[in-house]
Amino acid sequence: MRGWFLPLAVLFGFIFLYAPILSLIVFSFNESRLVTVWGGFSTRWYGELLRDRQILNAAWISLKVAFWSATLATIIGTLGAFVLTRFSRFTGRLLLTGMITAPLVMPEVITGLSLLLLFVSMELTLGWPAGRGLTTIVIAHTTFCAAFVAVIAQSRLRQMDESLEEAARDLGAGPVRVFFDVTLPVIMPALVAGWLLAFTLSLDDLVIASFVSGPGASTLPMVIFSKVRLGVSPDVNALATIIIGIVLVAVLIAGWLMRRAMRNPL
Amino acid sequence: MNALTRSAPWRGTAWIMGKLGISGRTLVIAIPMLWLLIFFLAPFFVLGRISLAEAIIARPPYTPLFERGPDGTLEIIASFENYRFLLADALYRNAYLSSIQVALISTIFALLIGYPIAYYIARAPEPKRSILLLMVILPFWTSFLLRVYAWMGFLRSNGVINNTLISLGLIDSPIQMMQTDFAVYIGIVYTYLPFMILPLYANLTKLDGALLEAAGDLGASPMTTFFTITLPLSLPGIVAGSMLVFIPAIGEYVIPALLGGPDTLMIGRVLWDEFFSSRDWPVASAVAIVMLFLVVAPIMWLQSVQNRREES
Amino acid sequence: MIDARQPAIAAETKPWRSAGTRPFISVKNIVKRFGDFTAVSNVDLDIYKGELFCLLGESGCGKSTLLRMLAGFEQPSSGTITIDGEDMARVPPDRRPTNMMFQSYALFPHMTVEKNVAYGLLREGLSRAAAYERAGEMLRMVKLEKQARRKPDQLSGGQRQRVALARALVKKPKLLLLDEPLGALDKKLREETQFELIKIQESLGVTFIVVTHDQDEAMTLATRIGVMKDGIIEQIGEPREIYETPNSRFVADFIGSVNLVEGRIDAVAPDLMRIQTEELGPVLLPPQTGYTRNQQVWGAVRPERWALSRAKPEANPNAWQGVVEELGYIGHMSHYRIRLDNGVLIRASQSNRLRDEDPISWDERVWISVQPAAFRVLTR
Repeated sequence: MRGWFLPLAVLFGFIFLYAPILSLIVFSFNESRLVTVWGGFSTRWYGELLRDRQILNAAWISLKVAFWSATLATIIGTLGAFVLTRFSRFTGRLLLTGMITAPLVMPEVITGLSLLLLFVSMELTLGWPAGRGLTTIVIAHTTFCAAFVAVIAQSRLRQMDESLEEAARDLGAGPVRVFFDVTLPVIMPALVAGWLLAFTLSLDDLVIASFVSGPGASTLPMVIFSKVRLGVSPDVNALATIIIGIVLVAVLIAGWLMRRAMRNPL
Repeated sequence: MNALTRSAPWRGTAWIMGKLGISGRTLVIAIPMLWLLIFFLAPFFVLGRISLAEAIIARPPYTPLFERGPDGTLEIIASFENYRFLLADALYRNAYLSSIQVALISTIFALLIGYPIAYYIARAPEPKRSILLLMVILPFWTSFLLRVYAWMGFLRSNGVINNTLISLGLIDSPIQMMQTDFAVYIGIVYTYLPFMILPLYANLTKLDGALLEAAGDLGASPMTTFFTITLPLSLPGIVAGSMLVFIPAIGEYVIPALLGGPDTLMIGRVLWDEFFSSRDWPVASAVAIVMLFLVVAPIMWLQSVQNRREES
Repeated sequence: MIDARQPAIAAETKPWRSAGTRPFISVKNIVKRFGDFTAVSNVDLDIYKGELFCLLGESGCGKSTLLRMLAGFEQPSSGTITIDGEDMARVPPDRRPTNMMFQSYALFPHMTVEKNVAYGLLREGLSRAAAYERAGEMLRMVKLEKQARRKPDQLSGGQRQRVALARALVKKPKLLLLDEPLGALDKKLREETQFELIKIQESLGVTFIVVTHDQDEAMTLATRIGVMKDGIIEQIGEPREIYETPNSRFVADFIGSVNLVEGRIDAVAPDLMRIQTEELGPVLLPPQTGYTRNQQVWGAVRPERWALSRAKPEANPNAWQGVVEELGYIGHMSHYRIRLDNGVLIRASQSNRLRDEDPISWDERVWISVQPAAFRVLTR
């Protein structure tokens, strides 16, 4: 693994990772409609994108869904992780362990289809949820995102020095107080990371949303998919460039904040 | 509250707290438990029940499970017709097999590409290491769909690769790359590469450098050291990374739909088409149930075995 | 070898010596099982007000479990714990008159030092002003008033240890439980802190129970020591008792260093007792009651009890000849390993009192002897 082979392999790997993204960005500034033939520099597709009500609507729906799913998933995932790491014995422990990790290995098509069938049957028997849309997507996303949050929260809770919680008990705090005074602040960074991951996963999901959404509630990936399916289209390049730009800026800010926090911990 | 604690030394309050603590505990367990019972476990029972129904043109598009017979008794209408149909049609069997094949080949490619990168990052000095690691994770935060889309522009017959090769004079006519199994492999490897690299990296950084020096000191060449020390010790990372690529790859829908050809059979795609194009909910359910038992159950069993081994 | 000087207990009396004194903490027949494993089995323990009691043992001996049962973090499988006359069976940790200083210190990382110390007072329902006032006083006492606004990760190990102590003491508990309180400090700081801890304990008059695996620490700190092994308290006693009159081979070997010989009682007479040992042949001991002829016993001698000489010692029948096989000079004393003519290896140590003495050195043939009274006879 020494000499020329390793650096070359790594270089190849990074070209493989970044070349498609770079070409995506370059061709978003292409005048020509033929995405891969250079026809001069232009920001035309960005203008068209901003006038596309369908895409803007879908983006707004996606953001709303992602926000609520991430928030609910963080609550449910954290509670699940807390229960599994702190309560050693209760009925249904094994069941909960299985249910909280199973969504991680569940193919999206199965999760999507089974949830849709549940919603349909529930509507038939209970009258709720009436039709499908935002609510059903949020429920579906919450369920599979909670698994990811639970994994992150569980590993943080296991690492955490349990004597911190015992110390708070010892100093006179009841169980609920201990959770809010000590446990929650200590695992907060992990929960923020979990929320962000859940947000990204929800924003990214096409398959589950396609199954459980109804008319009028198309998420951004659903709209992009329907466009892209028919072939390459330059306004999708423009959209991709904007998303990559946002992610890049967010990562840079996060990195800068982290570095600042490390320099002066107060 | 305060007066109470002070005047009657804790017996009374302890009792109340105990009562509260117990019911609070139950509540804390109940929230995630109920949510997952309703929205994760229950759907599978619905899935199973509908897989035993028949497709009809109605709302909902399947027959009910119970029906009143002419004499007023409740009859259960369940048929294994859908399963028989799945068994009889070679299409489904091939789809299951080819899903596994595609996932397996992609996993091997991901390992071959990911291992050197993980190894290189793990051995890199600090500032460089963090930057490289960030560069591996960065694409993961951008949209999955758009990353697959990027390859469409790359692989098309008038796409970047073909255009470059033609203008360089290396080929005369474009090579067909889109709508092939090869494109599907690339799409899967590209999408899930970070999942391969991260566990490998985590494993390789834990590798004690002194072990490699010791091997060298005892006369092993760098090549021998790699194959006799590094590779065996990184096996847990290889297994973890491969699982993380293999599992999502097997049920993949988007990648074969966008990059694959009409003959790229993958079970996720078959299920999708059965549901959205044929609108046959019962058959789609049967496909899902079979997938659950043939693919998901073994993976979960494998994982639990692995977890137990790690714990002991 | 070990400074056996004991800290004076607040009241000059030693309440455990006089029968009939009511113990402050009473542990009766306590058992703790985790599944099949019995961590603590049938422990009885009485601790008196103002004591600094050390539970000493290796890791896994059950000492921490016992401490955690006193704090209320573990429920005993059976048995009772009484503190100041109050049964603790159904009292949760947040309602017990005990506080604990954790081995990891367990300082809340997201709160300042001041907030950490005031936390327990606020839970008592004290007003913010009063709580911070008292936290400030406590921090002055441990000399950390300047660090009040810092977070725990900005403190040194010794400072963190003092914050943990202040936080546990500020609530004026009836009983303070300390889990390896000095374990995370380096050697020099540990020695200084030991005496500081005794001073604080004496000035506040709080009863301390300290769990430690460090015998020097236990000897220095404790009014009494309970030596634990496999969930059982092997011996309870003052440091000097434990060192000079251990009741088993385990305790003799665990506290300090010891030479053990095995044998049978050969003669029991009113003026002397003799054991026939495998290693040393006949050994003479002062007369002791409660032994019978032919009983199997072990004789224990501390290394520093041996006398080394080039000439044959007069009037001491317990003398043997051997060769110095190894010698370790550590300044204030020298450790010897002497191979007797019959092949038995004896550990002996001599303090180096004079600067210009001619020390016994390697390969010298020497006499080693021991006074009959320096032998401790053990039956288990």
